[in-house]
Amino acid sequence: MNTLTSPAPGGAALAAVPAAPPARAWWLPLVLLLVLAALPTLAQAAGLEFYIGLVRRILLFALAAASLNFLIGDGGMIALGHAGFIGTGAYTVVALTDFGVQSAWPIWAAAMAVSALAAVAIGAISLRTRGVYFIMITLAFAQMLYYVCMTQRQWGGEDGYTLPMRPQLGFGLDAQNEAVMYQVVLALVAVAWGLLDRLRGSRFGVAVMGIRDNDVRMQALGYPVYRLRLVAFAIAGALAGLSGALLATCNSFVSPSMMHWTESAMLIVMVILGGLGQRWGGPVGALVWLGLAETLRQFTEHWQMPLGVLLVAVALYAPAGLATFRLPRRGGAA
Amino acid sequence: MSATLIFEQLLNGAGYGLMLFLIAAGLTLVFGIMDVMNLAHGSLFMLGAYVAALVHVHTGSFALAVASAIGTMAVLALLLETTVVRRLYGRDHLVQVLATFGLILIADDAVKMLCGPAPLLAPTPAAFATSVELLPGLPYPAYRLLILATGIAVALGLYALVNHSRMGMLVRAGASDRWMAVLMGVRVHRVFSGVFVLGAALAGLAGALMGPVMAVQAGMGEAILIPAQVIVVIGGIGSVRGAFVASLLVGLVDIIGRAFLPPVLRTMLPPAVAADLGPLFSEVAMYALMAAVLTFRPTGLFSPKAA
Repeated sequence: MNTLTSPAPGGAALAAVPAAPPARAWWLPLVLLLVLAALPTLAQAAGLEFYIGLVRRILLFALAAASLNFLIGDGGMIALGHAGFIGTGAYTVVALTDFGVQSAWPIWAAAMAVSALAAVAIGAISLRTRGVYFIMITLAFAQMLYYVCMTQRQWGGEDGYTLPMRPQLGFGLDAQNEAVMYQVVLALVAVAWGLLDRLRGSRFGVAVMGIRDNDVRMQALGYPVYRLRLVAFAIAGALAGLSGALLATCNSFVSPSMMHWTESAMLIVMVILGGLGQRWGGPVGALVWLGLAETLRQFTEHWQMPLGVLLVAVALYAPAGLATFRLPRRGGAA
Repeated sequence: MSATLIFEQLLNGAGYGLMLFLIAAGLTLVFGIMDVMNLAHGSLFMLGAYVAALVHVHTGSFALAVASAIGTMAVLALLLETTVVRRLYGRDHLVQVLATFGLILIADDAVKMLCGPAPLLAPTPAAFATSVELLPGLPYPAYRLLILATGIAVALGLYALVNHSRMGMLVRAGASDRWMAVLMGVRVHRVFSGVFVLGAALAGLAGALMGPVMAVQAGMGEAILIPAQVIVVIGGIGSVRGAFVASLLVGLVDIIGRAFLPPVLRTMLPPAVAADLGPLFSEVAMYALMAAVLTFRPTGLFSPKAA
């Protein structure tokens, strides 16, 4: 694989691969990135600093949802414990700042590594099961992590833990400045999403999709099915861990409720709303879900009820999520 | 630790396990026959607890409270089945997760709207507020005995229903091979409607009984759903007998962590650590039990599909 720093898809080298994203809208991620980068300045000019934090949160959940979409949509692995990895990343930040590490970058890298390790351990057992049993066993492991964090009294137990201060960013960046933190988050999420996007079009990504469609045939073709699934699970776990670590850093707060099973269910909801296996499924789902929740919360205390009605309606009438309503496009990707 | 104390704690564990069994029994049948992943089953438990608490406070009759919880949940289940759940048969598990998670959000907000966000007080019925001397030197709360007795009665009733009735035969046929049952002329959909209503009634019963011993509040359904699902999976999806065995196992594991482990740990570890580890064990052990069972028997202990 070549250099993977830009969120824009390179396209050309991968065009022969059926699952590669169509090169048609190559400019879209760039424009989006520019708009998002300009947002803090615009928000500050308009006196709407509140929205910086909101969009930052949406970006982080977009990353977590995109990693889960890779697992569910591309890999066919319905994991109902993804919030466990978000929590693992977040609590790694707490553990390391407690330990005295002050620089954010090694902390974030370690959070990804720890989450990936947790995902390998959990995946190694879970991936032996299928169907509902896989759903339930991933849920069980996430609940175990939840209770382990719940009993960490030195980190506040059930009440959660407030970081004494944000880790330092270095490079002359001020971590206390919300707009700076926003730009760092944007850059990391963009890079991570770009990597994930390239990965989906790579040989590895296509093999994972092949396993989703017919694992027996892939096995017969000589692909190491179990190992490929495990690697995909670890990658998704690491990205969720990064999202959790950044959430913990931005909020300067962690609590076990970040990894409660309803959070995992909410991530699945985002993925389905945005479109399973769709390139933009994760980000769109996070934007729609969190955006709707925030909007409704401004009008009513009972904002969950309309969202619940929406979910039931989507499940009954638009099971492919918002992608159901997308206009049919000319031609296929292949 | 004396023998009577151990006996008392084992009773507590069995009581908790049997309550979970009431919830898991409906869940495992719904799961087993129609392959529907119903996350909203816990919400029926919560609504049952609310209905019972309200009726009990307003009329003063506990029997009426339990009956109305069961009745309301059965009617609600019938409505849910015809409007939503029926359309989820044969669909992807993801769609079922989406719809039933939506139902959870609706139910939680509905009770918050109607009864406020604060937990509701569910009084212990006066007739059962005493304690009974089971063994010399072992007074046991009568209400907990009532819970135990109900759990055992329901288990026996379900055993008779599932194993020795025509309806039960159809249910078992549907659980072991749905398509074959359909081809043999069983109206599996109708059987399923009945099972869904029965499961909801049992969840309502469990909610009514558990109200006085736990906080009646929004979110209580989500908390109890997961142990119930774990029981379903350990026992084997679709097996009532498996659910029964698994619920007693989970009750036992829970009480080991809460009552038996802390005194042992205190002799070896500092008190603060020991106080944390006991509950941690009881929460984690249940999931570890499930992971272990699935590692060696990937379809649970008593799966009707495992030939």
